[in-house]
Amino acid sequence: MKDDLRRLFRSASFNIGLGIVLFWVACALFGPLVVPYDPFADDLMGALMPPSSAHWFGTDQLGRDVFSRVIVGARDILTVAPAATLISTFLGTSLGLVMGYFGGWVDEVLGRLVDAVLALPTVIVALLALTALGTSMITVMVVIAFSFAPIIARTVRSAVLTERGLDYVAAAELRRENTFYILFVEILPNVLPPILVETTVRLGYAIFTVATLSFIGFGIQPPSPDWGLSISSNYGMIGGGFWWTVVFDSTAIASLVIGINLVADGIEGLRHD
Amino acid sequence: MISRFILRRIVLALLTLWLLSVLIFAGGHLLPGNVGRAMLGPFADPTAVEVLNHQMGTDRPVLVQYGDWIAGFVTGDMGESYAYRSPVAPFLFTALVNSAKLAVVAFVMVVPLGILGGVVAALYRGRVADRALSIVGLSATVVPEFVSGIVLILIFGVWLRWFPISATWKDDAGPFTQLYHLILPAIPLVLILFGYIARMARAGMIEALEADYTRTAVLKGLSYPQVIWRHVLRNALLPTISVIATQTIYLIGGLVVIEILFHYQGIGSLIYTAAKKKDFPMLQAGVMAIGALFALTTLLADLLYARLNPRIRFGGRE
Repeated sequence: MKDDLRRLFRSASFNIGLGIVLFWVACALFGPLVVPYDPFADDLMGALMPPSSAHWFGTDQLGRDVFSRVIVGARDILTVAPAATLISTFLGTSLGLVMGYFGGWVDEVLGRLVDAVLALPTVIVALLALTALGTSMITVMVVIAFSFAPIIARTVRSAVLTERGLDYVAAAELRRENTFYILFVEILPNVLPPILVETTVRLGYAIFTVATLSFIGFGIQPPSPDWGLSISSNYGMIGGGFWWTVVFDSTAIASLVIGINLVADGIEGLRHD
Repeated sequence: MISRFILRRIVLALLTLWLLSVLIFAGGHLLPGNVGRAMLGPFADPTAVEVLNHQMGTDRPVLVQYGDWIAGFVTGDMGESYAYRSPVAPFLFTALVNSAKLAVVAFVMVVPLGILGGVVAALYRGRVADRALSIVGLSATVVPEFVSGIVLILIFGVWLRWFPISATWKDDAGPFTQLYHLILPAIPLVLILFGYIARMARAGMIEALEADYTRTAVLKGLSYPQVIWRHVLRNALLPTISVIATQTIYLIGGLVVIEILFHYQGIGSLIYTAAKKKDFPMLQAGVMAIGALFALTTLLADLLYARLNPRIRFGGRE
């Protein structure tokens, strides 16, 4: 374990990824305290100004400071995506434990349902559900959690399948422990590593999905300075050369997802060696 | 034996489709609670809501509605769009054809590139080329399509003016004009898929390079290119086929965003517009079509895989 950690921190790509993620987490936590302008304050006289010493990243169509908005824009996505990931890990782990442990028809039926959900891209599932339920941060979280849970369930299930034939499970069954105890106290600790890997990978996808949903207007709602949302409200004008209204938000999204995936890749690499 | 494998696959695909139809029906009919209310908004007159529900048939028992919907879908009658007051099917068909064009352009670019990337990475395993390809592949795969799309529009559409920034063309446009308009929108999809395909091709190559039959081929004196070409590549690309098939699903998810960004009238923008207008019949038909398409491609990939892999062909089991 200690060796693993040391190896992880020696990997350049893991450190770069971790650095990027920590930077954006810091922005989300402390951003509102340090930014030069109020990210919500508009100034129609100073709209669409290119980057200058007063406004490092220029101003958007309402004259809001793009730099301040990009920094504070980390907030909502770094709330919704991790929360959605945690809910889906919880749901998916429970489902996977049940499927792997009971096997038989329980596994068959749940497995078919999982396949059916996986036959649709997350964005499409989310679009259908959000149209039906109406959009809010909570529904976005729940919808993403539900569409990611089957994927985690599948990983957990296959890990449980190898565990359930082992002696400690048989011993627990002989002691007549209740099923809940066997699943969550006996088996769960032994399948944690694949769950951890899958959760980090899912976090990357959750950020991808939240950003995409916000871009198409079904995610985080105005007036949030969220990156996807800002790009969505400004990209119509890039033909006019107002590149600064979208480039910095795009860079922010790209760096965050790449950062998280470098971290996930590092952790995943440990398990394969 | 082979027919049992195929039969099992077909039955499973049908089962998945049926479950999918139940989920989609639930999404469009049960989640909104009152469909008429969801469409007209919270302040609409209750009688107007009632009349609308009656017109659309959404005041009937749920099972009757489901039976009606699925029977219609199977026979090609996908209901009537709320927004356009005309049958859904023609819209869906045009949109699918348009999206297929975009998808074909993307696949034609990405499949050779991805396989080449994976093969090169495997041949130079552990060296700089391999590391670089894996980092580039990973980064390209995880960045959302609209982000790379925006950057591409800025560079190649606005600054360099090499490509049009919208994928709409005049009705009489020839295939080359259409292709020209589709190149820029296809690139974000290429970027997303590149990493997946390259990663699978690399893994498959490495496994094949380390296999006993490769050592035998080397030991019996075949030249290096011949070993790679005749023994390694053939075995290495097998798993890549199934990845390419399952990736179509991500491609379709990406189409939504790309079609909105480039103003292209495909299945993605059809679903998006339907969602915006709360046009449930159109939305459900679009989503169901995607599910059906996915089930079909997965089935075909399984069959192709079995056809090429003697272990499955003669074993008769998964």
